[in-house]
Amino acid sequence: MAIFINETTRIIVQGITGKIGSFHAEDMLKYGSKVVGGVTPGKGGQTHLGLPVFNTVKEAVQATGADASIVFVPPAFAADSIMEAADAGIRYCVSITDGIPTQDMMTVKNFLRRFPIDQRMILTGPNCAGTISPGRSMLGIMPGHIYLPGHVGIVGRSGTLGYEAADQLKRLGIGVSTSVGIGGDPINGSSHRDVLEQFAQDPETHVVLMIGEIGGPQEVEAGLFAKENRGKPVVAYIAGLTAPEGRRMGHAGAIISSAGESAAEKVAMLKDLGVTICPTPAAMGATVAQVLAKL
Amino acid sequence: MDIHEYQAKELLSGYGVKIAEGGLAYSPEDAVQRAREIGGHIWAVKAQIHSGARGKAGGIKICKTHDEVEAAASHLLGKRLVTHQTGPAGKVCSRLYVEAGTEIAKELYFCFLVDRSSERIVMVGSAQGGMDIEELAVTQPDAIKKIYIEPAVGLQDYQAREMAFALGLDAEILSHAVKTIKGCYKALRALDVSMLEINPLVVTRSGELLALDAKMGFDDNALFRQQKISELRDKTQEDPREMAAADRGLSYVGLDGDIGCMINGAGLAMATMDMIKLAGGEPANFLDVGGGASAERTEKAFRLVLADQNVKAMLVNIFAGINRCDWIAEGVVQAVRKIDMKVPLIVRLSGTNVAEGQRIIAESGLPIITADTLAEAAELAVQARNAVVAQAAAQEI
Repeated sequence: MAIFINETTRIIVQGITGKIGSFHAEDMLKYGSKVVGGVTPGKGGQTHLGLPVFNTVKEAVQATGADASIVFVPPAFAADSIMEAADAGIRYCVSITDGIPTQDMMTVKNFLRRFPIDQRMILTGPNCAGTISPGRSMLGIMPGHIYLPGHVGIVGRSGTLGYEAADQLKRLGIGVSTSVGIGGDPINGSSHRDVLEQFAQDPETHVVLMIGEIGGPQEVEAGLFAKENRGKPVVAYIAGLTAPEGRRMGHAGAIISSAGESAAEKVAMLKDLGVTICPTPAAMGATVAQVLAKL
Repeated sequence: MDIHEYQAKELLSGYGVKIAEGGLAYSPEDAVQRAREIGGHIWAVKAQIHSGARGKAGGIKICKTHDEVEAAASHLLGKRLVTHQTGPAGKVCSRLYVEAGTEIAKELYFCFLVDRSSERIVMVGSAQGGMDIEELAVTQPDAIKKIYIEPAVGLQDYQAREMAFALGLDAEILSHAVKTIKGCYKALRALDVSMLEINPLVVTRSGELLALDAKMGFDDNALFRQQKISELRDKTQEDPREMAAADRGLSYVGLDGDIGCMINGAGLAMATMDMIKLAGGEPANFLDVGGGASAERTEKAFRLVLADQNVKAMLVNIFAGINRCDWIAEGVVQAVRKIDMKVPLIVRLSGTNVAEGQRIIAESGLPIITADTLAEAAELAVQARNAVVAQAAAQEI
């Protein structure tokens, strides 16, 4: 099972002939992901990494039966590429691109909502490391070898902090069903809650580790969902204890701008909602292990 | 990116928002000249710094004579103003805006911002202007009107009217209010504004609707397509180290502690800083070196962290995903050799090729303390920092 992607997922790479797209397409192929083609407007008909390149996503979907895509297109054109994927019938899209304007993301989200739910593409990112279902498929830029296959779902904004979590779990021999990066931008394709809803329906996921950070309402919204849908325990760590108010900490979304957005406030609210809090970022693995042991 | 009040007013007046007559001054003589040009008998001399709450910090002076204008200008120019939005270091005022005095009948609050929950632009207004809106939101939430805007069709007239009525505006100025509100929205969409605040928006005794203050923030991600806005950047209002970092493609935020940090990824950086705090230390900075931490980039990052005289120990925490620990280790070794490092260095590497990276550091012969885990790294950094402080104290005795 896992969520979003598995061994049958057929992937196209948008921006496959670019330096970054090409590098990671190769890496995904090495991991065993079923990459079936790429899209670069104007380079249709060429072959890259032994894969067919198409001018449009529609052509790529028709020719390859692709159902997932990964976007490496530069920020000025990324929103357009995401909408093209949605319109071409792609079911799941990861946008790696960092630096997409906020208003463009508003347009993208609005565009996606126009599709009936059963035809609506799910987007994760932008500005994320992607998604991996260990041992099955990798749709992202993460080092695949740090993830063991298993039953912990991971959702987080940050790339490297997600790696840290996977590494802590691996040291304890604990594996991951799917790890999803939702990205560091203020408006993103899927929220913590959206991903939690997916994990709730996945029988292979027994515990979810949510890695949040300062800024925005998403962690608490996810906590509310977890409370309403008791059954699958949620473990959380919120980064940014030392972050001062009003200062942006790298991620465009990581800024404390209103009440309830600091790490301490989020931790307090999540605790109230029955979420198990990791006391330190070094204890993410150990906290998950404790919760798993009680199941 | 933020801009000054006078810049925001100039932009907004191009979109049909009425402002009081005013002009920019760089010297007391300029200020008096502006007051003469404006005419009248009352002027506001306003410090131009990137912060709200300037009035409370003494940054706005009401003057009734040209001598008063000159005195106010002399007092404000070059002054460091501290507000709750600037942090304790404050911001230096090097420009003034001299504005015609306004006879105020009513003060209102009005703003547009991107709402992260609904993923829409929200228009916020209150008939109780001039005061701290955050406080009002807590004490009298009903006094605040919020209207969400459908992105596909944009702000509609009826929504602008609804806001105007919520602000308690009379029917006589309704059409002007709608024009003002729609003008602000147009500016917001056209210029990739992330926040636009008019506090206060005032009704004058003569029944005009005027933006008495204006604050605008822009989406950094969109500056590539907003050339004119990018040119409004005032580098004197930004932290010089943060600016230098941004120019080198690094994300740096200076803090008050004394353990310098270099980390890849914003989330891991925040987590490492948390870990330092939990181990009893205080981070000196946030620094995300990004994905491709080349030797050159590493050296730049080291220089940036060590430029802070407070730093008593430095912690490097890199989780190599795309790049490899051996490359990073080589970069660190090179940087330490090039820079005359006077504080202890703790390095924790993880991820791809970690054994090779650790070997390079061990064989360098440099006094680098290595750590295996995040917890260990933070503890060692705090210990090293404490040892430096203890040694300095012993030397003083």
